[in-house]
Parts: sequence; C-alpha cells; structure tokens
Amino acid sequence: MFAKTLLGASLLASMTLLSSAALSQTIGFSQIGSESGWRAAETTLTKQEAEKRGIDLKFSDAQQKQENQIKALRSFIAQGVDAILVAPVVATGWDAVLKEAKEAEIPVVLLDRMVDSDKDLYLTAVGSDLVHEGSVAGKWLVDTVAGKDCAVVELQGTTGSSPAIDRKKGFEQAIAGAANIKIIRSQTGDFTRAKGKEVMESFLKAENGGKNICALYAHNDDMAVGAIQAIKEAGLKPGTDILVVSIDAVPDIFQAMAAGEANATVELTPNMAGPAFDALKAYMDNGTVPPKFIQTESKLYTQKDDPAKEYEARKGLGY
Amino acid sequence: MTNNPTLLAAVGLSKTFPGTRALDGVDFDLRAGEVHALLGENGAGKSTLIKCLTGAYRRDGGDILLEGASIDPRDTQEAQRLGIGTVYQEVNLLPNLTVADNLLLGRQPRRLGLVSRRETNRIAREMLSRYGLTIDVARSLDSYSVAIQQIVAIARAVSLSGKVLILDEPTASLDRDEVRMLFDVVRSLRAQGLGIVFISHFLDQVFDISDRITVLRNGRLVGVRDAATLDRTQLINMMLGRELSEETRDRGRGGFDYAQRARIAYVGTGRAGVIAPFDLSIHRGEVVGMAGLLGSGRTETAELMFAAAPRDGGSVNKDGKPLKLASPRDAIAAGFGFSPEDRKTSGIIGDMSVRENIVLALQARQGWMRPVRLSRQREMADDYIRRLDIRTPDAEKPIGQLSGGNQQKALLARWLATNPEFLILDEPTRGIDVGAHAEIIRMIENLCESGMSLLVISSELDELVTYSHRVVVVRDRVHVAELIGEEITTDSIVAAIAKPSPAPETSA
Amino acid sequence: MNGTLARFGRRIAPQLVTLAVVVAMIGIVFPGFFDISIANGRLYGSPIDILNRGAPVALLAIGMTLVIATGGIDLSVGAVMAICGAIAATLIVDGYSLPATLALSLGAGLLCGLWNGLLVAVLGIQPIVATLILMVAGRGIAQLVTEGMIRTFSHHGFASLGSGNLLWLPTPVVIWVCAGILATLVVRRTALGMLIEAVGINRRASMLAGVNARLLIVTVYMVSGLCAAMAGLIVTADIRGADANNAGLFLELDAILAVVVGGTSLLGGHFSLIASLIGAMIIQAINTGILVAGFPPEFNLVIKACIVLAILVLQSPALQGAAMLFSRTKGQP
Repeated sequence: MFAKTLLGASLLASMTLLSSAALSQTIGFSQIGSESGWRAAETTLTKQEAEKRGIDLKFSDAQQKQENQIKALRSFIAQGVDAILVAPVVATGWDAVLKEAKEAEIPVVLLDRMVDSDKDLYLTAVGSDLVHEGSVAGKWLVDTVAGKDCAVVELQGTTGSSPAIDRKKGFEQAIAGAANIKIIRSQTGDFTRAKGKEVMESFLKAENGGKNICALYAHNDDMAVGAIQAIKEAGLKPGTDILVVSIDAVPDIFQAMAAGEANATVELTPNMAGPAFDALKAYMDNGTVPPKFIQTESKLYTQKDDPAKEYEARKGLGY
Repeated sequence: MTNNPTLLAAVGLSKTFPGTRALDGVDFDLRAGEVHALLGENGAGKSTLIKCLTGAYRRDGGDILLEGASIDPRDTQEAQRLGIGTVYQEVNLLPNLTVADNLLLGRQPRRLGLVSRRETNRIAREMLSRYGLTIDVARSLDSYSVAIQQIVAIARAVSLSGKVLILDEPTASLDRDEVRMLFDVVRSLRAQGLGIVFISHFLDQVFDISDRITVLRNGRLVGVRDAATLDRTQLINMMLGRELSEETRDRGRGGFDYAQRARIAYVGTGRAGVIAPFDLSIHRGEVVGMAGLLGSGRTETAELMFAAAPRDGGSVNKDGKPLKLASPRDAIAAGFGFSPEDRKTSGIIGDMSVRENIVLALQARQGWMRPVRLSRQREMADDYIRRLDIRTPDAEKPIGQLSGGNQQKALLARWLATNPEFLILDEPTRGIDVGAHAEIIRMIENLCESGMSLLVISSELDELVTYSHRVVVVRDRVHVAELIGEEITTDSIVAAIAKPSPAPETSA
Repeated sequence: MNGTLARFGRRIAPQLVTLAVVVAMIGIVFPGFFDISIANGRLYGSPIDILNRGAPVALLAIGMTLVIATGGIDLSVGAVMAICGAIAATLIVDGYSLPATLALSLGAGLLCGLWNGLLVAVLGIQPIVATLILMVAGRGIAQLVTEGMIRTFSHHGFASLGSGNLLWLPTPVVIWVCAGILATLVVRRTALGMLIEAVGINRRASMLAGVNARLLIVTVYMVSGLCAAMAGLIVTADIRGADANNAGLFLELDAILAVVVGGTSLLGGHFSLIASLIGAMIIQAINTGILVAGFPPEFNLVIKACIVLAILVLQSPALQGAAMLFSRTKGQP
C-alpha cells in the first residue's frame, strides 16, 4: 500500500517535471466571451503566449454566462488539467467550483477581473490597477504642461462603472498637486465613439469654441477617437490646440498618434496571460507562491514611441 | 303562480349610449316563484336591461323597484347585497380554485384567523346537496363539466343574493342531459320562491322552462305573455313581425321579370360548420331579402358572398362569366358593396371624419397613388350629406360621434360613392330611430329602381315584405325556403322560420 | 385651404411651444447657447448641434410614426441601424463604390422591414413580439458582419454623410429634413396617409371597405427599416466606423418617445410626421441641453426623465380637458 503510494507520488513528480521541462502542460482558459475588441485581443494574446511556452491551452468561450464558465471549470477539473485561467464574468458565486479545483489541487489564476471568494481559493489574480492607469495619464499631463495653466475636459466612461470611477479617481489624484491643472467639464461618453464625439461637440460649444480647453482626458481610446473628430470639425487641431490623453492603447489611437492628433495613451494590456503563465511556472517548478495580485504594467505610450509600428503590431490581435 | 307578489320591477327604464338608444322606456316585472324569459334579437336591449338591473350600468331614466322599494345599485356587488345575483354564459368563477373555495370565496369560515379547510368543505358540501349534487368539493372547479360549474355558480349566486337570479344564456355550451340537470335546479329554486330571469335564444328551452315571456325589440318592450298561451309562431311574430304601421305593405312586390339572366349567381357556396352550401342568384334591379333568427346563418351568408370570410369551393358568376372572388378587394373590384351588421367594429372608422368615411371605399378601390382630391372629397361628402339627410354639423365631424342612423346613412354613402352594381346590407335599420328607418327603406327602393341589385338582411319582417322581390329564409345554417313576390307575407316568413323540421322547401 | 392650415397649426402648436420652452430653458442655464457662427463653411453652434445630433432619432421617428399609426410598433430599428452600419462599413472597406455600398445597405434595411412586416401582417404576430425578434437578433447579426470589432474606414465620400456639409448645414440635417419633407408629401399628397390611419383605427372595417391592409402594414415596416438604415449610415459615417455593440443602442425608445411627444397615439390612427420630427428635436434639445449645462453625468437620466414627464403630463388628455374647461369658464361673463 505504502509502496504503491510512493510509486504514484514519484510518478506524479516525474510527470510534473517532464511537463514543465518540455511540452504537454495543459492549462484550461475560461474566457467571458468576445464583447469588445480588447477582450478579443486578450483571447488572441493568451493563445499566442501559450503557444510560445509550449502549453496545451484548452479554450472555452462562456458567451457572457457564468453557468457556462462554471461548467467549463468543472470539465477542466474532470480532465485533470495542470492549471486553470479564468476571466470571471461576475464577482460572486464562485466558491463551490473554486473549492472543487482546490480539492483537485489545480491552481486557479484569475485574469483581469476579481471574485468575491476567499483568497485561499485561488493562486493569484492578474490584472491592471484602474486607479493607477488614471494616475499615469494625469502624471503625463502634469509633466507635459510643465506648470502652465491647463483647463481639462473629461470624457467619463459609463456612469457608475468601476473603470469610470477608478480612472477618474486616479487622474484626479495625479493632478491634485498641480494647481495649474483644473478639470472644467466632465461628462459621460458611455465608452463609445459616437457619444464621445457628441459630448466633445457640446464641450467645445460651451467653452468658447474650444479656445478655453487645453486638454482632453478620455477614460478610453474610443471616446478619444470620437472626440478628435469633433475637435477637427470645430476647426481646431487635436494634439496641438487641445492635448489628447486616453487609456487602453487600442490600435486606432496609435493611428491618431501617428497623425499627431492624439498625444498619449496608457496601455491596459490584453496580455494578462503572460504574467499568469510565468507565475504558474514559478509555482510549479519551485513552489514559489506568487502575491495574491499581480499588477500588469500600465505603460504610457506617446508620439515618441513610434505609434505607426505599434499600430501595425496590434491591428492583427482582434481589437 | 300568477298571483305571486311582484319581486323586481323596472318601470319606464331608459339607457342611451352615444349613437344608440339602447333602452327606451321599458317596463319589466318579475314575480316571486316564476321563471321569466327575456327574448329579443341582437341589439334588442336584453343585455342592457340586465346590466341596469344588476348595477353594471346606471340607468338614465325610469325606476327599478325591489319588493316595492326603489333601488339604484352602483355596481354588481351592491345588487348582490340587495338580493340580485347573476350567472353568465362564461362562468365567472376561478377555475383553478377548489369548488368549495369558489362557493365560499371571501367568507370562508376561520379558526384562529386562518381559513378552516375542513369547515369550508363541510359547508360547501351542504350547499351543493341542496342542488342534488354530491361531488368532491376539494377538487378544483375546472375538473368538472361546464354544467356542474354552472350549478356551482348558481349556488354561489343564490347563497349571496337569494331573491332574484338572472341566468344569461346559461345553456349555450351544454348538451341535452346537462340542460335537463340545470333545469331541475332552476325548477327547485323556483319552488323555493326565487324570481328567475332566463335569457336564451333556444326557443324550445324557453317554452320548456318559462312561466312568462317578455319580448324586447330595438330597445322597446313588445309585450309580455304567459308561456302556456303562446305558440312558437306568435312568439317569432313578436320578435320579428310587423312593427312599422305606415309606409309598408302586406305582400311582397310581384311582377319581377325572372326571364332575364341573373346578374350574379352563386353556386354551391358554403363553408363547413358555418353555412350549408347554397345557390343564390340576384338579378338587375332586384331586392332579395334574407330572414332568419339570430345565429341562423344570415350574416355568415353575407360574409361569404362578399368574400369577407373564406368559403369551401363553389363558384360565382357575374353576367354569365366566372368571377374571381377571394377577398373583399375582389368583390369591390367586381362592383360589390357590403355594409356589415356590426357598424362599430366592422363598419365605421370611428375617429375619422364623415367625409373620410364616405370616400374610403372609393379611395381604396382607386389605390393610394390616385388620391381623390380634397375639393372632390368635400363635394362628395356634402352631396351625400344632403341627399341622404345625414344629420351632422359638417363633414369634418368624427363619424363616431353621430347617431346610429346617421352612421348607417354615411356607410351607405360610402358604398354609393363607388357606384356599385350589387349591394349587401346586413341589418341596415338596426338600432336606429323610426324616422331614419323609413328613409333607409325608401332609399333601398330607389336604389333598386335605378337598376342596382340588393341583398338585404333584416330582423324586421314587415320591412323585408315592403321592399323585397324575393325572400330567402335561413334556419339552423341552411337556406330553407325562398318566397317570391306575392308569396311574401310576414306570416309566410314566420311560418318558414318556425317550422321545426329541417326539411328544405321552396314555397309556402 | 385656410381651414386645413389652421388645423395643422393647432395640431403642432403644443410641440412647438414645448420645443421653445425647452430651448429657452437651455438658454437660461447656458447663455452662449444661441451663438451661431460660420466655421469651416457651415453654420456652427449648439442649435445646429441639436439639428445634427437629432438626425438619427428624427429619421427613426418618420418610420416609427407610420408604424405606430397602423397600430403597430417597431422595436428593431436600433438593431437595424447597427446591421446597416456594419454592412456599409464592411462594404466600403472591401472596396465597393459608394453608390453600391449605399444601395446595398439601404436594401438591407428594406429587407429587415419586410421581415418585420411579414411577421406582423401575414403571420399575425403581435408587433411588439414580432419586432422584438429582430431587436435581439439584429445586434448579433451586426456583430457577425463586423466580426466583433469596430470596423473603421477612411472613405471621405461616405464619411461626409455623417460629418460633411451641404448648404451650410451638416449633411445629416439636410438628409433628415429632406426625408421628412418627402415622407410628408408622399403620405399627404397621396391617399397613403388616410389609408394608414383607417387601418390603424379599425383594421377590420378598413379591410371590408377594400383597403389592402396587409400590403399597407408591410409597407410601413419597410419604410421604418429604410429610415433605420439611413440613420445607421449617418451614425457610421459620423464616427468613421461601425460599432455593432453601440450603434443605435436604445434609440428605438427615443424614437417611440419622439412619436409620443409628437402627440400620435400609441393605439394607432391619426398621426403627424411633422409633430414627430419636432418631438425628436425636443428630445435632442434635452440631451444637448444637459451636456452644455455641465451637470454631473449622474443627473443626466433623471433630468431627462423629469422633463419628458412634465411634457407628457402637460399633453395628457386630462390636463388638456381641464385647460379647455378653464378657458371656457373664464370666457363667460
């Protein structure tokens, strides 16, 4: 009996060793769906990162339904995968299935969104810090205007959504120390191009044809792209007459930056899987327990960062 | 029985709706311990009378006396408290509750604040045993037949009110044995001294159960008779027979030349379950009348002839040539017109002006691309308003605000504007006042003189006699008789309608 | 003729007054509102923005008015906008000529309308259910067309439909005004309007009078689909991209609201296209007013709801009756 267990344990160890050393590590990935370009890019990049590392990725699209995700997780557990990545569609209701994974000793890594379960139930969560993103954008503006007075208009995300709240908070924190920078108007653009354009038009009208406005801060690139059109149609030069800074780093904003119409964007990287795979490897190889939250880099891109090249690199990712 | 005291009486009861005088000074009395049948065609005023008695409508004039005291129930609950209960054709109970709950709903016996189910069931069983019913009262109501549901409804109504019971078409969906069972219940209630009002269009049942019969017509009282001394023919005469004393004749118009080829000929037209296949041809300048009781298949015949309802097979010829007749549009293209029985739902476009209502059929025939010019519309409308004496302040008034007779005239104008060859009029004189009535009759005569062919359906037999060259009698969904010229009298029509056997006949 | 004109004036008076009041209110909150200048070869200012941004709802309101007049409703217009925008953007990116792109996109709108019309008129499905099908499925179809991303393009001819100028006005303004005039002429100079109203008030009676109700109903849904297609082209051209997730989202509700504010009963019957168009401008004036007024965005929907409620209460039959009674008693000595 004892010998058998020992044999089993050593066999298991050698298998783990084998899989981490060479091929055939199997990881399940339960994705929310493909509701946005960013989400599609995350899927593409996760697959690319897995391929790069020789991981056998089992992909499951939940089509925005938690029950599909729970089903996918149970099937991953039944297949005996080595680890599970999940981008949870909602925050609650995960306790039972996460416990099942824990009992099966399969580490779970959350991507991009958090859950309301006990922290012991998952290995780590990889995501970006929304407040930090806002503050990177704010800091860029503070550095760029360098003490000159600057009146900012803000295009918020969907009212009440956490990216809208946190990105606003981070930006305000970053400019809090700079008395020369003031937010003079702030409205929601619902994260869409059309609303971004419409709201920007009204800002321009309300602020002396835009002459009072020094900079635009948009909570996402799509609204900034719409606003840039509104600025152009008002006879002003976006990027010069009005500085444009936004968040996400989708391909189209790089096009605008290449044309000199946008100034900066903060990347919300769709590559959450890379850090997740790295943490899993370290955990499996050496037993290194990662921190409970791995923050992805919120990288700032400006016109100096060869936006044309960035555009080319991103446009195939499914944005 | 005739000496029993009067329980409920309506004296000079009146009720007016926009466009119609639904009740016009109607007297009605119900004695304790009698079954009193209330008869009349559609629109005669039966249901309006009942609704006034039970508080569903407030009367405009007259009085209602219950045991000699004037009452004015504001709603059916109040009428119920006063002692007047009603059971409708569609049982208005809650089919998914138990029989016992239905019987005692709202007044179940309680123990410690909770409904006592055992006590409820016991009382319910006791209530039903008085009606000779021993059923499981704990089962849901819809697990029983309609007849039993009717009796449960009666039991509830009687226990709530207890003086007067009104039965509105209670037998419409019952078979023969069920009717007998129901009538046993009604007789036992009569024996207990209740006054029962019985509404039905099954004349056999009326004679079977009733002590007295009241007949209404066009919102007015025709008469009250003892059932025992009345025969079938007399009753139908009361419902349909002579009413207009002037401007009518006793016999149909003879001397029509039937040698000419028929203008329109229907062969084997019919529809299973609606009307048996019939042959019918109409000549140039001929008025064909159609008579029959409510539900006999008159209106269905008209709808089939105008292709307003689908028909099974058969063929239609016009001027000797086959005619494609698949929709009202085909019929209109062939020069047909149809003024339906129910003016409100099938005739007038209530919110539209008199002018627009008049030009509608012409405009629809011309197609939307060829609008009738506004000036031409006004001309036409003013012309018909004058010629047909439509009483309206101007052509722009919404037709829904006109009286019934004027609505009817405007509908006639709608079809006259299309210059039709064949016009079907279903009950053109229903619910309109005597003056307008005579005018419409005159108009029908003028139209046929100008060469138009008409089919007129009417419950007013003297009216049919006055203008018809020929009368077709419909009974039980079969065309049973055809009377020509001099053969047409109210008596011969009534005889054809009353004849109990379904054997077809061609002359009286 | 004078009588007709006076009646028309009375019909649209409540809407005109409402629009004037809303615009005046904005003028109070934001004094620069009425500044109009000429920039980039066109009129420029907040009132022009209202006319311009109101274009999609105005176009939808044209079709919606006709559909509602027949006693129906078209919930699918927002989704049809997304479908047609997606098709147009995809075709123009694939190198189709502008006329071909426009023809195919408008044709897709007509097809969507035909689908709705057949469900309602031939199969007899309740309009709210029948058009709900395309409302739900349509956005999915649009996403299939764009493959889930915002399909951007840089065709200047097409973009000018959304952001170009014509006659010193933004192109969308010219498009909806022309569509409104054309629709009004077609409906009122032919018998179409009267036949539509007849069907809406009493379909059975109309059919018995020979009105081809079925064909008319299919036609109004097709007109609605065509209007939605035009609206979809405008929003797509405006942002130079087809956003299948967001194009026309919830605009069916604004269009229905425009018709209601325009005084056409949801039960069908008498309608006024002009009043519906004014209704669309009232709604857009409220939207634009909220934006220029500078309230925090959390208040947007509450403010809009309160103003719409006030308008509908003022237009309600109960209050109108009371006002009439009041003026009558006052008029008596």
